[in-house]
Amino acid sequence: MKDTIHSKRPVAVPNVVKLEFFSRSENVSLARLAAAAMAAERQISMAELDELKVAVSEAVSNAIIHGYQGKEDGLITMTLISSAQRLSISVHDDGVGIEDVEQAMKANFSSSGERMGLGFAFMQAFTDGVEVTSYPGAGATVVLHKDFL
Amino acid sequence: MDFKTEHKNYQGRDWLVVAVGGELDLSAAGPFKDKLKTALAKSRSRCLMLDFSRVSFIDSSGLGVLMGRYRELALNGGRIVIRHANDQVYRLLTASGLDRLIEVEPPVGGHFAKEERE
Repeated sequence: MKDTIHSKRPVAVPNVVKLEFFSRSENVSLARLAAAAMAAERQISMAELDELKVAVSEAVSNAIIHGYQGKEDGLITMTLISSAQRLSISVHDDGVGIEDVEQAMKANFSSSGERMGLGFAFMQAFTDGVEVTSYPGAGATVVLHKDFL
Repeated sequence: MDFKTEHKNYQGRDWLVVAVGGELDLSAAGPFKDKLKTALAKSRSRCLMLDFSRVSFIDSSGLGVLMGRYRELALNGGRIVIRHANDQVYRLLTASGLDRLIEVEPPVGGHFAKEERE
């Protein structure tokens, strides 16, 4: 395929990258770049890479908007684990948490202003799996999985 | 985020043409929304054409701004057209269903491209 970035090497031992950054909107692009750089090491098309960037963008934006409710000095921890067949990207915040995860993951559910409530829908559509763990008042963790066969 | 405005005549109507550049994510959504609202308020036109030639990325934050302008403008008899979206932007406009509310010119062809050539 002409738009495929060729794999540079097989991943025998998992590689782990951990980033911590404040809940500022300008850090969303940083998170996207980190995920794209790690994914580009693998056999992935440009379209899939674009989709993964959207999923990461949504996860980090949710942490800022919903988790920290716009507060700019909340800490977001992003952990990228690249193993033989999978890239897993965890986005954790210590914000207000998600009251009802099942409800939050439904498309067009959004509790604030000019937003489409498509964040989780995009995360689910553009990855091979999404895990959400949250307890009200105790933050949230979203893990995005991208499989490489 | 780059933002330039001009007026053009298409199909016998006056269009506010806005050329946008950059990544339309959470960081750009606020300024993008404010600039669009200001430009629309200053303009007498209810037809908004967004030239996305230089938009490299969009996510739900950027789509939300477009949805908000659709609610304000298109529901009052106006129109919104998006032109020159790249593959990633085009895919998200269609995946979100926004292309059913806002006219999104396909990457090749389209009514306005035809009118420009004539």
